[in-house]
Amino acid sequence: MTLTRRKVLALGAGGLALAGLGLPAWAAETTEEAIASFTGGAEMGEGLLTLTTPEIAENGNTVPVEVSAEGAASIMLLATGNPLPNVATFNFGPLAGARHGSTRIRLAGTQEVMAIARMEDGTFQKASATVKVTIGGCGG
Amino acid sequence: MRVSIAILAMALGATGAYSGEDASLTLEDGQSLTIRTDAPPHTENLSEITSGWVYRSDETQALQLDDFDNPAFVFVDQGIDLYAAVDGSEGKACASCHENVEDFAGLRASMPKVVDGELVTMENLVNNCRTERMGAEPWKWSGGQMTAMTALIGLQSRGMPVNVAIDGDAAPFWEAGKELYYTRVGQLDMACSNCHEDNYGNMIRADHLSQGQINGFPTYRLKNAKLNSSHGRFKGCMSNIRATPFAEGGDEFKALELYLASRGNGLSVETPSVRN
Amino acid sequence: MAKGVKPRVRVPKKAAAGEIITIKTLISHTMESGQRKDADGNIIPRSIINRFTCDFNGQNVIDVTIEPAVSTNPFFEFEAKVPESGEFKFTWYDDDGSVYETSKPITVG
Ligand code: HEC
Ligand code: HEC
Repeated sequence: MTLTRRKVLALGAGGLALAGLGLPAWAAETTEEAIASFTGGAEMGEGLLTLTTPEIAENGNTVPVEVSAEGAASIMLLATGNPLPNVATFNFGPLAGARHGSTRIRLAGTQEVMAIARMEDGTFQKASATVKVTIGGCGG
Repeated sequence: MRVSIAILAMALGATGAYSGEDASLTLEDGQSLTIRTDAPPHTENLSEITSGWVYRSDETQALQLDDFDNPAFVFVDQGIDLYAAVDGSEGKACASCHENVEDFAGLRASMPKVVDGELVTMENLVNNCRTERMGAEPWKWSGGQMTAMTALIGLQSRGMPVNVAIDGDAAPFWEAGKELYYTRVGQLDMACSNCHEDNYGNMIRADHLSQGQINGFPTYRLKNAKLNSSHGRFKGCMSNIRATPFAEGGDEFKALELYLASRGNGLSVETPSVRN
Repeated sequence: MAKGVKPRVRVPKKAAAGEIITIKTLISHTMESGQRKDADGNIIPRSIINRFTCDFNGQNVIDVTIEPAVSTNPFFEFEAKVPESGEFKFTWYDDDGSVYETSKPITVG
């Protein structure tokens, strides 16, 4: 099946209904689109959000990443060099003990990983880091 | 020959990204594992032996420090279920006869070993019980069920020093394994020793070469996100030097396993380890 | 339901009132990205855990939206505030409609 971007967008409304049924929703966005749908185009500050990644990942399959921003309501993680840039969004509830989360992600190659936080006051923060993904030369 | 030199020439680069060479492996519960020690006398060309953990990046190393972070434990959990699951015509589970898996403590450290003149590995012992005592099908050597089980049984010996016997009945198998270790094979005309003895600590392309120790098997690899048997790893290394690999579970790899295990005598059993 | 899916969580057994504790969770799941091809060149359909939530006594701690770029056996670590004794409830949502749940009690005092 080949879908043009327009068709994908047109499917959007139906897609939401499908997602409610537990079927996969389409996530074919570019980094810019992903940021725009999260921030609504708002300015992004820097300095309040910390993104921790390894400088070099021995394998792109399992790269540990950590985000943290005091006062964040949610934090979105993007892998800008992946075919689909969205990775995960942490939404913090009333019993979140810190505005912090760690996970392990897949990176298709050396690239910039980005995090964007929506703060409780409605402003946005961003942070990014380059992760070099090495390709093991040998050893099966 | 020329090809192999070219590969290694690329290799001898900086290892700055790895601070791990001085690190120590202490598990979350406080248990400390021996990751470097004096080489056993039969390993003539090394003065010190080191675990493959030492050569991994900080992030990969960290995954092995806490059993919760270690993805291999997903499979250990599966092993626990398999251990209790009835299978085969006799209507028995492992647990029917071996009540506590903890009773296997120490076994992994002595494997492979010679039983009745035959060199047997952990996989052989497990499948022997399945076919001879349970009336069940043997598990595939490197399949998910087998590696889950060998991880569970191996874990019971974690922290114990590897101590395989190489004399007596084991001597001819050990000699055969040693011969294989030093024999050049494949289009690249290389032996295991060319990488894991002559060049450990160096980079080969983007990979940091270790001594090729097997004290941590089965190993969870980031590359394929599953447990890998030692024979599976030998196979991969042979393919990479464009040699036709021996069969998993065959006499050659069993002998090689004994020889490699003996080169690690004194290191802690690390099962289940994490590698890239 | 995907095969062999097994949740694991680590929560301390005890905490002081109002204490902030660290929780680790992991669920065994292949997280088939929908980007890979099989031997015949056909795309292997996407099949992932697309959402993970943690609640305590009915109040939300964290709600994570998950995409295929999260690794096999999705792992999350985060902090929770523990106001009183009670139960943490963890829920993972699979693309195929399956829901996996587990819970852990904690005692305050
Ligand atoms: C019907 C009883 C029975 C069942 C079922 C059984 N075993 Fe055994 N197993 C034995 C006996 C008997 C021995 C040989 C005596 C010994 O060494 O403990 C043995 C030996 C072993 C050994 C070697 C122990 C050593 O020290 O060399 C391993 C490992 C083992 N079994 C694993 C398993 C596993 C894993 C399963 C399930 C897949 C299993 N067994 C099922 C009876 C059983
Ligand atoms: C061209 C170089 C090369 C050759 C030759 C080679 N290997 Fe490897 N091997 C590697 C690399 C690279 C790795 C991954 C990094 C590491 O652990 O050394 C590896 C990894 C291993 C590991 C995993 C170590 C661990 O800690 O988990 C084992 C075991 C191993 N090799 C065995 C062998 C055996 C047995 C042979 C001979 C049949 C062999 N290798 C030949 C390059 C080589």
